[in-house]
This record gives sequence, structure tokens and C-alpha cells, in this order.
Amino acid sequence: MALEASLGTLPKVAEPPQATSERPLARGLLVGIALLFVALFLLMPLLVVFVQAFSSGLDYYLAALSEPDTRAAIRLTLIVAAIAVPLNLVFGLAAAWAIAKFEFKGKAFLITLIDLPFSVSPVISGLVYVLLFGTGSLLGPWLKAHGIEVLFAVPGIVLATVFVTFPFVARELIPLMQAQGTGDEEAALSLGASGWQTFRLVTLPNIKWALLYGVLLCNARAMGEFGAVSVVSGHIRGLTNTMPLQVEILYNEYNFVAAFAVASLLALLALVTLVLKTILEMRFGEQIAASRKH
Amino acid sequence: MALASARVRWTRSSVIPGFGLTLGFTLVYLSLIVLIPLAGVVWRSAELGWVQFWEIALDPRTLQALKISFGTAFLAALVNSLFGVLLAWVLVRYRFPGRRIVDAMVDLPFALPTAVAGIALTAIYAPNGWIGQLLSQAGVKIAFTPAGIVLALIFIGLPFVVRTVQPVIEEIDAEVEEAAASLGARRHQTILRVLLPALAPAILTGFALAFARGVGEYGSVIFIAGNIPYVSEIAPLLIVIRLEEFDYASATAIAAVMLGLSFSMLLIINLVQAWSRRRFGYGA
Repeated sequence: MALEASLGTLPKVAEPPQATSERPLARGLLVGIALLFVALFLLMPLLVVFVQAFSSGLDYYLAALSEPDTRAAIRLTLIVAAIAVPLNLVFGLAAAWAIAKFEFKGKAFLITLIDLPFSVSPVISGLVYVLLFGTGSLLGPWLKAHGIEVLFAVPGIVLATVFVTFPFVARELIPLMQAQGTGDEEAALSLGASGWQTFRLVTLPNIKWALLYGVLLCNARAMGEFGAVSVVSGHIRGLTNTMPLQVEILYNEYNFVAAFAVASLLALLALVTLVLKTILEMRFGEQIAASRKH
Repeated sequence: MALASARVRWTRSSVIPGFGLTLGFTLVYLSLIVLIPLAGVVWRSAELGWVQFWEIALDPRTLQALKISFGTAFLAALVNSLFGVLLAWVLVRYRFPGRRIVDAMVDLPFALPTAVAGIALTAIYAPNGWIGQLLSQAGVKIAFTPAGIVLALIFIGLPFVVRTVQPVIEEIDAEVEEAAASLGARRHQTILRVLLPALAPAILTGFALAFARGVGEYGSVIFIAGNIPYVSEIAPLLIVIRLEEFDYASATAIAAVMLGLSFSMLLIINLVQAWSRRRFGYGA
């Protein structure tokens, strides 16, 4: 079906000579396999989330979402993202400024270190904070004596989220700002602008779309992180459960419809992220240097 | 004077302000959030001592979990290399209705939270699910077996291969193919002997990225795996189980082994990329 459709609409004008392209039949077959694979592996999981979420009707769906523990989970997810994303935004700007506008030794190594959290299992990202703040750790007794709760509380969840989303903004900005060079900033400075004015009026407009792109991806991951947060959260209902953890709890209680209802909100977030990301790539592709790297 | 010359040695002077401030902040933040906590894992493993460390690392359940994690991730990365390259090729070279949507959909696994992917895949492949039903009639079981783990990791890893290979296909000069064709190469010869070698480093990088991600993946796997020790229990899950038993030593040792293996992978990826840039003039 998809195969015939694609065969029928192959542009006649741009038809390349046979020797440097595949035969129409082979092309149709390849497109068909690709579409089938995407439908089976990408589209169907997305679809099943919404089908299951609404399987008991709209009323049940809304009731599941307005349940107090679920609402607390939604609130916590928003709070965590609202802290973690700005932190990594500021870091991304600082790191990109230092790396792209200056020459110094060890730069390549620094970039590798910034990417480090991407190659660490989410579970280990959580574990590192358990080892740092848990009982039996160096800081554990001191924290306990001062009544500060990090693990199994909101600060631990924020820290784990900051860790897993650490590179997102920086890695969007660094290649772009490196490509843009320092000419614009030097011109602004030579015309008498202050350092802050140069950043705000020259650099920021140059990088705003890449910045937004990075923030978008950072936010999607911050709200959806499961493994790292699961390790440090302690799963206290209504207190330290984020949305993904609430999905797990509801699912393990065989409350499938409610689990998929919460999951549908996260899936919606993913869809919105994808749409915005695609729009940014289409309209401002030139100004998002590393767009294809994700 | 001495200070100024010392500074010149590792950084070139510049009229742009804010170097000390931004680099200082970068280093402090990086140390506090990433480096010091990660060093904690190394520190706590070292505290265990060599003998105890290997005792835990070579414990049969740990070994089996590591084997399952690396084995399933390897299989999934292999499948993704095949279909990822095919998808990248189709997306770059052919025009068909819905191409832009398919292109955007490829990033879904990056955007969809892993727990959501996990329960969705389980719902599809469980014995009463959409596809699971059909398969169970044929006597095939996917959910709650190692095959389910591979399936989840295929979902998670696909964009890594597509997004690494896609830009390299875009960069291939048409002249290369024209030259091959004008020299009498058949299309399949051009593909196998001209195009594929040029794509190989990118495919390898995509494979390694998907593999590395698959080894550490947790959220999407635990729902569909069934989590039976020695059969379908992945290494990250075993870390969580040990932590819940307050057995920090075991959790740390398993984590250290995984970190060591992941960083070796990262090193290999970087070497492949450097080699590829030297060999073909463009990296992956």
C-alpha cells in the first residue's frame, strides 16, 4: 500500500540516471521496508500509549489524572525541570563562551568531560549521589546531624536530573559558537560596548535558536528521566515521585489505565518536543550547527 | 610579569572579556556535578580492595547480568545498524510522501521517556498485546524473555545509527558514484565497494553509540524483561537491587565494571572518528 503510493509519486523530473541510483522496484522495496520498520517500532508504541490511556473512556482518564498522588507527581516533575534546566542553561552558556571564544590547552579534553554524563548509565548517575550523600558516605553523617535531606528528597532528584541533562545545552552551543568565531564580539568591543552588552546584544541573538533547541531537548529529558531519579527518589508517594516514577508505581499495581494516562502526558510532551524541534530545524537549520547530531 | 607570561603559555591573549569567570564557573560546576560524584565510585571501589572487588565482579549472578546486558545490547545495535543505515539512506536519497514526518519520528526514542517506552512495548508484545497475541499463537514469546530486552534496546538505539549515518550520506559527492558508474561499475558494485567503505566509520560509530546506550539502559527494559535472575536480569537492574538491599559495595563494584567498559567504548569511538577524518576528510 505504502509501497505503491511511494512508487506512484516518485518525481519524474528529478529521476537520476540508472547507473547512479537504484531501480524503481528496489527503491520502492527499500522505502517499504523503512516505512514498515518505522510503523512497527516507532509509531505503534506511541499509538498504544494513547489507546490504552483512553481505553476506559475520557471520564476515567481525567479521574486518573486528577488523583492527588498523580497531581503531586506532575507538580514535582515541573519543579525539578524548572530548577535543572536553568542551571544547565547557565552552565551551557558559560562553557560555550569559554570554549568557543578563547584558545587554551586541554580544550578537547574539557569537551570530552562535558559529554561524560551521556555515556554513563542512568542508574549509575543516581548511584553516584547515593554514594556521596547516603548513610556510610563522607557527607552522610554531617548532613544528618544538620537535618539536611538530600537523598530520598527533592534535592537528590534535582541533582540526579542535573547530572543526566548536563551536556544538552553546552553541546548545542559549543560547535555553533566555535563556527561563528570571535569577529562579531571583537567588533562590538572595539566600538566601545561593554562585555555584558556584547554578550547580550551581539552573541545572544546569534545563538538564540540553538539555545532554544538545546533547552527543548534538555527539558524533555529532565521531565522524562527515570533510571537516575528512581535510584535517589525513595519512591515516597505524593512526595518524591516524579511522573515517570508514578507511571511505574501505577503499572506495578496493575492500574494499567492510570499508568497509561500519566504516560500519555509524557508522550504528549515528547510529541510537542519533536514538533518544535522539527520546526526549529526547518526554519533555522543554519543557525543550529549540531542539529543533526541528535 | 611572571604571572602574565605563565598565562600566555596555556592560553592565547584575547580582547574578549570573561575568560576567567566562564572557565572558572565551568570547571567548578563540572567538578561538583559530574567529576567528584563519579570519582566517588572509583574511590569506593578502591576501598573494597582488589580481592573483594573481583569477588563481587565475578559473582555468577553479576557475571550473568553483565553478559545479558552486553549481549542484548550488541544484538540490538547490530539490528539497528542494518535498519538504521537503510532508514538513513531512504531518508536522504528518496522522495516519498510523509518523508519529513518519518524523519522527525526517528528522534522519538530520544524524546519519549524510557518508562513510557517500556510500558508501551510491553503492552504491544505481552501475550495479550497487539503483536504478542499473534506471536503467541505461533508459539513465540517476546515479552518477559531476553528477546524483549533486545526489542526495547532496538527502540532506544535506532536514532543513534540514523543520526550518525545520515549526515555522512548527505555529504557523499555525486561525482564519486558517477565516476564509478562511468568506469563500468554496476550499481551493486558501487554500493558495496565505493559507498559502503566511505560509510563504514559512521556506521561503526552509530553502532558503538547504540551499543553503549543499550548497555546502560534501564527504564525501557525493566518492564518488558521479566527480570528473572540469570535469565533476563540486566546489570543496571542488579545495581538497583543491591542498592535496595543496602549492599553498597556490590552496587559500586558492578557500576565500576560498567563504567570501565563504557569509557573504553567512548575511547574507541573517538579513535574511529579521528581515523575517519584522516581517511575520508569527514568524520562521523
